[in-house]
Amino acid sequence: MGEILRQNLLSPIALAFALGMLARVIRSEFQLPKDIYVGISIYLLLALGLHGGVELAHASFDAIVWPALATIFLGVLTPISSYLVLRRIGRFGVQDSAGIAAHYGSVSAVTFIAAQQFVKAMGAEPEGFMPTLLTLLESPGIHIALAIGAVQAGAGGRPLRETLHEVLTGRTMVLLVGGLVVGFLMGEKNWQAISVFYDTKGPVFKGALVLFLLEMGVVAGSRLGDLRKVGPFLLAFGILMPLLHGAIGAFIATLAGLSVGGATVLATMAASASYIAAPPAVRVTLPEANPTFYLTASLAITFPFNILAGIPIYYEIARLLHDK
Amino acid sequence: MHTVPLKLVTIVAEPVLEQRIAESLRRLGARGHTVTAAHGAGSRGMRASDPPGESVRIEVVVSAAVAERILDQVAANYFPNYAVIAFVTNIDVVRGEKYV
Repeated sequence: MGEILRQNLLSPIALAFALGMLARVIRSEFQLPKDIYVGISIYLLLALGLHGGVELAHASFDAIVWPALATIFLGVLTPISSYLVLRRIGRFGVQDSAGIAAHYGSVSAVTFIAAQQFVKAMGAEPEGFMPTLLTLLESPGIHIALAIGAVQAGAGGRPLRETLHEVLTGRTMVLLVGGLVVGFLMGEKNWQAISVFYDTKGPVFKGALVLFLLEMGVVAGSRLGDLRKVGPFLLAFGILMPLLHGAIGAFIATLAGLSVGGATVLATMAASASYIAAPPAVRVTLPEANPTFYLTASLAITFPFNILAGIPIYYEIARLLHDK
Repeated sequence: MHTVPLKLVTIVAEPVLEQRIAESLRRLGARGHTVTAAHGAGSRGMRASDPPGESVRIEVVVSAAVAERILDQVAANYFPNYAVIAFVTNIDVVRGEKYV
């Protein structure tokens, strides 16, 4: 276990992320220009979709069915479990609980990519249809948590229908789902023509990912000061909830027949918290939920935890389950 | 040059509100508006934007009556829960008839 944690910490992804955080801690002014940040995130999502679509074309329906059902089950479970823990044990209000639960019910695409890169480096190639599963997990968690919040708190914010439209037409969904369809349709020959640039195992993708993680380190690092504002419960929640969801995810994924690599990636998806799609959706639907809580928990606690330590832990859990 | 005295309403808000504010400006009688990306800090701390911390600055040239309606609505809808500031400036506008 210690050896795997060490290997992960010495990966370029983790090191670049740590460097970004460090830059903020020592108050360096450095920051990726916003347009470049957005550009790289578009590239990463499109590449993920395209490559995932090409590989999806090779997958049989039978191979996908159980993993897909497992993913949807996790998408329903994680917002509800998060909400109950926050409300009952953490004693958070309805809107805050639902707002944070929306983040933990959804998924972080960057954490997903980091998990994929990690298991590939470990020699545990994940199933090619994992990006397809990612699209299934993006939206249900947000909507279930927001629906809980809206029902429990009574109408206050914006109607859920508008939020649904916003999430489904957001950058993540359009590029991922669109990329999957394009990748699926274009076939192997066309893929070969562009794979140098879009191959998620290739050097261009990995290089861009390092740059993106550097910036994510800066973004997370600039939130470290807020850790003092959120209290010990949320700090513990931001680490223990991913561990719980990761363990459940690894178990369900293994039951559904995924390999060690695939189970690790699905476990990471269940453990991760969204910080791109969820915040604006929560902000407008549950306006009384405090953004400092949900942004600090997902961005400054859970995201660094998963990148630096969580992914190798889920990998170990998946390996143990497969050995049984 | 001939100028007309009008009001410039400036609203600095979280980016998630941009579309909704823009729609209500039209509804309240504005003929157009300008949006600029901004960033800064205030009493509410963190913004739910991507990347986090951004704001938008929305400017609109209107008559005194419309300016009043805009400020009332912004105050009622957004001041309680969002990071928003709004203020009015007296301005002298060229081609003033374009705005009312």
